[in-house]
Amino acid sequence: MTWVNTIIQGLLLGGLYALFACGLSLMFGVMKVINLAHGDLAVVAAYVALGVIALISIPAIWSFVLVVPIFAVAGYVLQRTLIQSSLDRGTLTTLLVTFGLSVVIENALLQFFSADSHSLSIGSLVTDSFNLGPHIQIAYLSMGIFVVAVVVLLGLQYFLSSSKHGRLIRAVADDREAAQLSGADYRHVFGIAAAIAFATVALAGIAFGMYSQFDPTIGTDQLLLFAFEAVVIGGLGSLWGTLAGGMILGVVQQIGAQINPQNQILAGQLVFLAVLVFLPQGITGQRRTA
Amino acid sequence: MTSPVRTGEPLLEVREVTAHHGQLRALDNVSLKVMPSDVYAIIGANGAGKSTLMRTIAGLHRPTTGSVLLDGVEVTGQRAERRLAAGIAMVPEGRRLFPTLSVEENLEVGTAYARKGPWTVDRVYDLFGWMRGRRRQKAAQLSGGEQQAVAIGRALVANPRVLLLDELSLGLAPVVVRRIYALLPELLAVGVTVLLVEQDVSQALHVATQIHCLLEGRTTLEGSPEGLTPERIEGAYFGLARPSGPADQAS
Repeated sequence: MTWVNTIIQGLLLGGLYALFACGLSLMFGVMKVINLAHGDLAVVAAYVALGVIALISIPAIWSFVLVVPIFAVAGYVLQRTLIQSSLDRGTLTTLLVTFGLSVVIENALLQFFSADSHSLSIGSLVTDSFNLGPHIQIAYLSMGIFVVAVVVLLGLQYFLSSSKHGRLIRAVADDREAAQLSGADYRHVFGIAAAIAFATVALAGIAFGMYSQFDPTIGTDQLLLFAFEAVVIGGLGSLWGTLAGGMILGVVQQIGAQINPQNQILAGQLVFLAVLVFLPQGITGQRRTA
Repeated sequence: MTSPVRTGEPLLEVREVTAHHGQLRALDNVSLKVMPSDVYAIIGANGAGKSTLMRTIAGLHRPTTGSVLLDGVEVTGQRAERRLAAGIAMVPEGRRLFPTLSVEENLEVGTAYARKGPWTVDRVYDLFGWMRGRRRQKAAQLSGGEQQAVAIGRALVANPRVLLLDELSLGLAPVVVRRIYALLPELLAVGVTVLLVEQDVSQALHVATQIHCLLEGRTTLEGSPEGLTPERIEGAYFGLARPSGPADQAS
């Protein structure tokens, strides 16, 4: 029964990882930008939520109503300025620029908020749980985050496959010059994709801030790495894969922790390496034939 | 020039365009006028600058000097996506469909910023009978000829005034090419002006009302196909004879 519990907790944790990873996956899929500041942006979202809560004293759980739109706008603006101008200079430049952005963000956070840990206080909700049989306890918070993650990823998948804007995003991802010939300003479409990616990373950052403690360096130390692992395990460019990848990572980490708490992160990384070696396209990835 | 009188204002005009690829001068002082009723064919060997000229007209390549005018309005500084709204649509070389999108989605992307006009996705399905039944198939799964048809459809649904066709025949079987060119009269009937680039000279001569030959980025011949002998065309195409027409400076 312990193992069933471990797996369930892992799946729930995996939802959070998938939420972290989908923005990373989207930005790579559409713009071929590997955003090394992705984890730090999640941490910034948590700090912004902290600020919003202090400023207008709303319950932490509602902070996303303000933070997510702020991040969407910031994503659009950052894409149209900094990221686009580095894209124009070549794909490798974006790696350097987002790496630089990551360093700047981390140090700015250290400067303004010190290295102390914080968390988004949600009162008793952080420990409230319900029982599923005699041995399995599920926290409302974990369950909530998981549901949000699944809804966001399904919604995003639906948006990309069925809406007019989603179609344009996929067209630009396929061939931006051909999309231009069809009248689409690919820079604007990139901006929209970045806005969506930033909105999801804000949501993930807030969820993480409620779930755990955060400090200025955790973005690169853990979150970026977990997001990368989820994306790679799942297979690049597939949101279903990202969801599956997140869950696999979560389960493996929980199993590792069950064996020995020190093994949590190591277990995830071993599976990540195994996937890289044996299934470099990820579990859902097929070779593209185009 | 011995061409018949082409009166009125040109719909599309290229004025003294020079364009570079890095150090290489791909186009050298090229001018042309496309009248509304023209099927205007640009011919020339590999590397003559045909595709650069098309890309410059479509807005994908910025000329070093010179200008492009649509209906007398300068569009030289406009990006490709703006020119579509003005009425220039291009079927690019190599077809360039969106491979992960279905046939129908490819056409719908074409309609996203379309001008008002007679062409709709349904009308494209009517034009190419097979397409409706396979509209949910991914573009990558189509044959070359089928992809070319979808690419033409994607440009048509934008309802362009000028349709640029870049190397339609590239990589396609001759019978498929003939079938695609057989559609031109239908396009002209609804008032689309066609500017095409073609390596297959006999195909171009067959459909065109006006021929423009490029050699190493320069105009070597211009005129209506009836007024030009095969020898002159051959000479202009391969650079065997002295250049004639506007570039002619020899006695």
